[in-house]
Amino acid sequence: MSHYLFILVGAVLVNNVVLVKILGLCPFMGVSKKLETAYGMGAATTFVLTMATGASYIIDHYLLIPFGLEYLRTLSFIVTIAAIVQLTEMVIAKTSPTLQQTLGIYLPLITTNCAVLGVPLLNIANGHNFVESLLFGAGSAVGFSLVLILFAGIRERIEGADVPVHFRGAAIAMVTAGLMALAFMGFAGLDKYQ
Amino acid sequence: MLMNLFKFKGGVKPPTNKTQSLGKPIAQAPIPSRLVVPLHQSIGGTPRPVVQAGDKVLKGQLIGEADGWISAAVHAPTSGTVVEVAMHVQPHPSGLDALCVVIEPDGKDEWIPREPVNYKALTPEQVRERLQQAGVVGLGGAVFPTHGKLTASKTVPMEEMVINGAECEPFITCDDLLMRERAEEVVRGIGIFRDLLQPKRVLIGIEDNKPEAAAAMRAAVQAVGENFEVIPVPTLYPAGGAKQLIRVLTGKEVPAAKRSTDLGVQCFNVATAYTAWRAITHGEPVVSRLVTVTGNVHEPRNYEVLIGTPMDELLKLATPHPDTDGIIMGGPMMGFLVPQPDVPVVKATNCLIAHSDRLFPPKAPEMPCIRCGSCAQACPHELQPFEMYWFSRAKNFGKTQEYHIFDCIECGCCSFVCPSRIPLVQYFRFAKSEIWAREREKNAADQAKERFEFKQLREEREKAEKAEKLAKAAAAQAAKKAAEAAAAAAAGDTAATSPQAADAPAIDAEKAARQAAIQAAMERAKAQREAAQPKNTDNLTPDQQQAAAEIEARRAAARLAVPEAPANEKSE
Amino acid sequence: MDILLAIAIMALGAVVLGAALGYASIKFKVEGDPLVDKIEAILPQTQCGQCGYPGCKPYAEAIAKGEAEINLCPPGGMEGVQRLADLLGREVKPLDAEEKPKQVAIIDENTCIGCTLCIQACPVDAIIGAAKQLHVIIGPQCTGCELCLPPCPVECIHMEPIAENIDNWKWKYPVVELKAAPMREAA
Repeated sequence: MSHYLFILVGAVLVNNVVLVKILGLCPFMGVSKKLETAYGMGAATTFVLTMATGASYIIDHYLLIPFGLEYLRTLSFIVTIAAIVQLTEMVIAKTSPTLQQTLGIYLPLITTNCAVLGVPLLNIANGHNFVESLLFGAGSAVGFSLVLILFAGIRERIEGADVPVHFRGAAIAMVTAGLMALAFMGFAGLDKYQ
Repeated sequence: MLMNLFKFKGGVKPPTNKTQSLGKPIAQAPIPSRLVVPLHQSIGGTPRPVVQAGDKVLKGQLIGEADGWISAAVHAPTSGTVVEVAMHVQPHPSGLDALCVVIEPDGKDEWIPREPVNYKALTPEQVRERLQQAGVVGLGGAVFPTHGKLTASKTVPMEEMVINGAECEPFITCDDLLMRERAEEVVRGIGIFRDLLQPKRVLIGIEDNKPEAAAAMRAAVQAVGENFEVIPVPTLYPAGGAKQLIRVLTGKEVPAAKRSTDLGVQCFNVATAYTAWRAITHGEPVVSRLVTVTGNVHEPRNYEVLIGTPMDELLKLATPHPDTDGIIMGGPMMGFLVPQPDVPVVKATNCLIAHSDRLFPPKAPEMPCIRCGSCAQACPHELQPFEMYWFSRAKNFGKTQEYHIFDCIECGCCSFVCPSRIPLVQYFRFAKSEIWAREREKNAADQAKERFEFKQLREEREKAEKAEKLAKAAAAQAAKKAAEAAAAAAAGDTAATSPQAADAPAIDAEKAARQAAIQAAMERAKAQREAAQPKNTDNLTPDQQQAAAEIEARRAAARLAVPEAPANEKSE
Repeated sequence: MDILLAIAIMALGAVVLGAALGYASIKFKVEGDPLVDKIEAILPQTQCGQCGYPGCKPYAEAIAKGEAEINLCPPGGMEGVQRLADLLGREVKPLDAEEKPKQVAIIDENTCIGCTLCIQACPVDAIIGAAKQLHVIIGPQCTGCELCLPPCPVECIHMEPIAENIDNWKWKYPVVELKAAPMREAA
């Protein structure tokens, strides 16, 4: 059981997709200006990522491997992810049009979010089984949401700070992200007992 | 007098500076050369002026009539002549003008006929109305019309009535002296409030640095034979804040966005009780009040001052030191520098402090917030001033509201303790007034939208009505024409021999063309009507169809030409 | 053979996903556009038509459809543009006209001939009067849209900025800016 916990904690904190693996930086910088949007993006990505890991595991194990089509992995994963993202977008458009507008282009861009493709590929590289894959996917998604929300909270505060003129906007955001990544390095080794 | 007192969080202990002005009894300030009485002296509607330039007025005569229920009347403070009703600078931090009645006193100080009444013979409504007519407002600083607070809630039983004699602001001593010298009238005034609200207990809270006042009040309560409890409360600023005093005396904490009356508590100032008593049983409206004149002066003292007295004239009585460079209205914590020295004393003026750099050294420049949290510890409302400051400064007003900026009473404790000397209250006032402005704009926009939509609706309706009228007129015309044509045909060739026959074909052709056009238009309209026919007539039961046919028949008989009306009314 | 299999599997996948998406697009069909209301709530409702649309609602609809820029509303000012940008996730653009202080229309009583033309032009019914009678503008209802100015045949209407009084006075921002900061760049 503790094995699963390690996978989860490892995915959320130790091997955080954004700050340690440096995946999915586009929405991390793009949708972190406001806390509300960050919540929405976090939720959407969590949903897509978890679904994508599950679906890609099934496709890989029951379609691609039996027929010896491993070389189609990237292609079929991307197609699956694209379909899931489309689905998510439709649901969001129905339930929360404002969120859809604020997420804007970043919502369809979850398709090309490297974290979403990277996590299923990492699952296969690590030889995870189905439950492990799902846990790893969900953990990565939670980790992504966590840093996105933390970052958005910090950026909201930075809005009110006396930032030197030339550091305003993206520059101070990059500096902040760097400091956050340093902080997350402190989690290294937390999962070394497995 | 063993009573369990409660505590409120936070608070500060600034030097009280009260002894200076306590040495002498209350003095009557002389009638000034000119009185400028602002009409808007209380919260609520602005009273309408009822006098004109040149009118002679007597002391206590109505000059501003209350506008609406939450509004209080304004009276002439002395007898004299109205010089003008004009805009004058107000004792307000904005330094803007408002409508004032300017009176030149005649020096006689002649009262209107005062009619003392026994309030016990009046109904509660009459008492409230009299208080409104007499311009009795909360003299603790908020100047809320008192009669508006004297209606007992129907749902919540009135448990406690708290009388505020705490007077926690430094320098101010007017309530202290009022309680010392006129305790009996204060107690009788409290009696009026008690009779109107019927609370179970009456608690008079007085800070424990005013033992003389507390003793005088206790003696008066006994002399009058009441059962009010006089309770000394610990000296801690802002113990005199209504919510704080309620907390200390009753242990009840008034939640955000609720009023103390929702908890069965109502709070009045001692000076309010005094003026209410004078107004009811002496028939004297509020034309003067006690003002502490202190600060950078030789003889700090409390004066009974006519409303409308220019502040500089009042200050002269206490002989200010030559380096006086401004007047603070209110205390050093919550007061403000008045924009001009000659602004009038109003009902909200409890204290004038002569300002000098010696007494109030200029603040060192503001430093960045170090997030030490001192302000949060000092805040008597348990808010987080450093967060509200941060977001006010960033103009992120939505966030300031999330941190409950509207619960802030602007007591100044946070600014007082701030090691970076940040004028926090200034930021909160800025944020609040911006939020209010936005609210006003939003309301105006909503109203404009409503009116715009209504106008569009009306225009649409008018257009439709007009079209209908035109169509009817055209139909009538066509029918008439048809009848004429038939008549002409019947008349036969006899008509052809008439002199007009020559140009008749031309006219006929023209008419025919027009008629054809009208016909075509009507047909189009009919087609449209048919297209728009409700679908609910399509699949009806035979019964319904029969009913519809009957209705149609009746309609035809009654010549109701409205085929587009739903035909199955009966089936509904 | 392998390649055919691969094609067949990918085709199968495409059919399954396509069917799922097609079903979802029917199931989650959005009726109307709830966004229009949110946009309209930000617009100042002056109904002045300065954006080129006949009223605030048509402009809101045009923005929601993506046909119109967000910087066309002068009465909303830069702040309105900012809020629209926040709502829609679009970039802040400088206002397409100069920003004016809020104003109200005033009718000169001596020149008004009572022609009722301005009454018809007023989008919010803020002018009262009758034919050959003096017209009066209800100050609090006037949105300052200036639509009554052109129809007046005797030019008796003029605009006046709303003066500051004690009720609408605002506390000033306590920060003294040493130098104007440039526009924040979108990250």
